[in-house]
Amino acid sequence: MPALLPTENLLELLISGVFTKNFLLIYFLGLCSFLGLTKDMGSSIGMSMAVTFVTGMAAVITWPIFNFILVPLGLEFLQTICFILVIAAFVQLVEFIIRKHQPALYRSLGIYLPLITTNCAVLGVVLLNAQQNYSYVGSIVYGISAGLGYGLVMLLAAGIRGKLLQRGVDMFGGFTGAFLVAGLLSLIFVNYFGVIQF
Amino acid sequence: MTDRPNLFSEFAAGIIKNNPVFCLVLGICPTLAVTTSFENGLGMGLAFTFVLLGSNVFISLLRNQTPPIVRLPIFIVIIATFVTIIDIVLQAYLPPLYEALGIFVPLIVVNCIVIGRAEAYASKNSVLPSIADALGISVGYILVLMLIGGIRELLGTGKITFVMLWLLENGQIGFLELATLHIPIEPATIMILPPGAFFTIGSLMFLFKFMGKKMSERRG
Repeated sequence: MPALLPTENLLELLISGVFTKNFLLIYFLGLCSFLGLTKDMGSSIGMSMAVTFVTGMAAVITWPIFNFILVPLGLEFLQTICFILVIAAFVQLVEFIIRKHQPALYRSLGIYLPLITTNCAVLGVVLLNAQQNYSYVGSIVYGISAGLGYGLVMLLAAGIRGKLLQRGVDMFGGFTGAFLVAGLLSLIFVNYFGVIQF
Repeated sequence: MTDRPNLFSEFAAGIIKNNPVFCLVLGICPTLAVTTSFENGLGMGLAFTFVLLGSNVFISLLRNQTPPIVRLPIFIVIIATFVTIIDIVLQAYLPPLYEALGIFVPLIVVNCIVIGRAEAYASKNSVLPSIADALGISVGYILVLMLIGGIRELLGTGKITFVMLWLLENGQIGFLELATLHIPIEPATIMILPPGAFFTIGSLMFLFKFMGKKMSERRG
């Protein structure tokens, strides 16, 4: 069983989550929300905050479930069903709590929360954590850094696409434009591949 | 059952009119992530077909028993069950493909196409049309995956290997190589890397939209 305290280099995990193994541009996780929401800055910020929170909390919740329940019972093959149900239930719970106690935050974040259940970035983080056998602290750090990397690219792309629209450059329009912006950003991020060699 | 939908038109709609990638713009993540070669594209497409077919049939059978309030959790559990089955099957019978697809096999569970078809089609129609719909969407998806995988493999490595899932001589199921095509150009490694995926799908989507516009102009 992996340890509770970090056995891996946390800085390396953080940098790999944000830059070298960026979730959107290198792993291609969470592209649906990328295509749909980078049309304006406000929604990108809201979605990035919500995703970072949920990926972090999903790592907190699923690590004990996987290592204390599924592994001792030899039920690792149930991880997909188990994780998706936990994430769906958690997202629903967060939605209720925020709606009751933080109405202002709910209005700005609310509509994005249900979308997160089907965001592959969240399930991706949880599955990668289980696959890589990260320690408890390590998996939480990895979850948060994945969310931060997602947010970074969302904001960059929203800025670029907003600027293009403002200048009236709508030659390809819609999704084609979004893919080309993503491709150019991805070209930058691919060059981070060899940067850290711990 | 007076107004019986035409099964073939349901099937054909999935390939062009409702093409999951180019028209509905769903399920983009695996489309880009696993299409580094023709073989991986085909393998992902077949795994996806199994899941979509199974979930459409079961959701359609249970459509009168499903309470509308809790329908999404029920859909997710049904889909996740089929994903788990294909995950275990691939691990046992096709280990190389399982390695290549990685976490994108379990991630079929959050593929928007599957849950989208469950919500939009299977929960409202009977079993046979649901099967036709699942097959049509799957064929459309496999064609796109093979096209993108083929283009990236051809430009990225300078050759393309056409394969087919078949019973091999040693009695196991595997990919049978049909033909290999070489082109005399300098391979551009960038096409295998992530940026190549974005550029390929961006250009294809532009072409698809452009042709659609031209066709509708000619017709109208």
